[in-house]
Amino acid sequence: MKSSVIIFPGSNCDRDMDVALKKFGFKNQMVWHNEPEIPKSDLIVLPGGFSYGDYLRCGSIAGKSKIINSLIDFVKSGRLVLGICNGFQILTETGLLPGVLQRNKNLEFICKNVFIKINNNSNSFFNNIKKNVLKLHIAHNEGNYFCSNDELKTIEDNNQIAITYCNSEGLSNEENNPNGAIKNIAGVLNKEKNVLGMMPHPERMIDKYLSGDDGSIFFENILGNFK
Amino acid sequence: MKIKAIVTLKEGVLDPQGKAIQQTLSSMSFSEVKKVRQGKYFDIEVNIEDEKKAKAKVEEMCEKLLANLVIEDYKIL
Repeated sequence: MKSSVIIFPGSNCDRDMDVALKKFGFKNQMVWHNEPEIPKSDLIVLPGGFSYGDYLRCGSIAGKSKIINSLIDFVKSGRLVLGICNGFQILTETGLLPGVLQRNKNLEFICKNVFIKINNNSNSFFNNIKKNVLKLHIAHNEGNYFCSNDELKTIEDNNQIAITYCNSEGLSNEENNPNGAIKNIAGVLNKEKNVLGMMPHPERMIDKYLSGDDGSIFFENILGNFK
Repeated sequence: MKIKAIVTLKEGVLDPQGKAIQQTLSSMSFSEVKKVRQGKYFDIEVNIEDEKKAKAKVEEMCEKLLANLVIEDYKIL
């Protein structure tokens, strides 16, 4: 299975993602944002980081890169696109995902492990995961997901809320909301469910001796859909 | 010609930075402060002489890049 990680100036989780994808059997290639086309892939990943120094708005400048047109075509073809952290911000800025990621409510950069609840498992990202709650890592300044009430209703009706912040028992409430995100949203899908954007970093949880293993479950599940 | 544009958060969208500024001003004994909303200001020089056309072009820039219309409004000055 082939994957491509797109690198923007200021991306900094691209190599971790490369290690994770290769560990679970993807034949991964790194692609510079200025390439006019994406090489043949089954999965495209937009990694975390601070593309263009977060100038203007996080992800806004990367969202106008040359490669984005080819990314849009890729999405239309129904293949999988995953955006982590800054990658999620880029996907909202391009309009491929609804909503926007605003500054954290407490104005602090948050770097810690959190629990997330899988809200929708009828998609290729979470379909065969047995656990309902995963422990993943977050590190962001702008992870406060927001959308209008109308949009919220639409994404709820279409079952697009993929994951929400929760406690170890899977309870999602204000107490377990690290950044002020509306409805504790940590990740959303597009309507067709082939694009996922999420703030947590599964690529940082792929070694049970170093960090935790729940990221492994996530990548193994994606790969399982190609077998 | 220079065109000025400002981008601000829409009413009702939480503005934690504006709130922090408001609280700081209050604590600096600016007791007059009722509310602060933070925004962005752009000074854009274009090679268009006609003011109306120049403003229309900057408006297009606001729609496509300078503002995120999900949470922000823009105004050409």
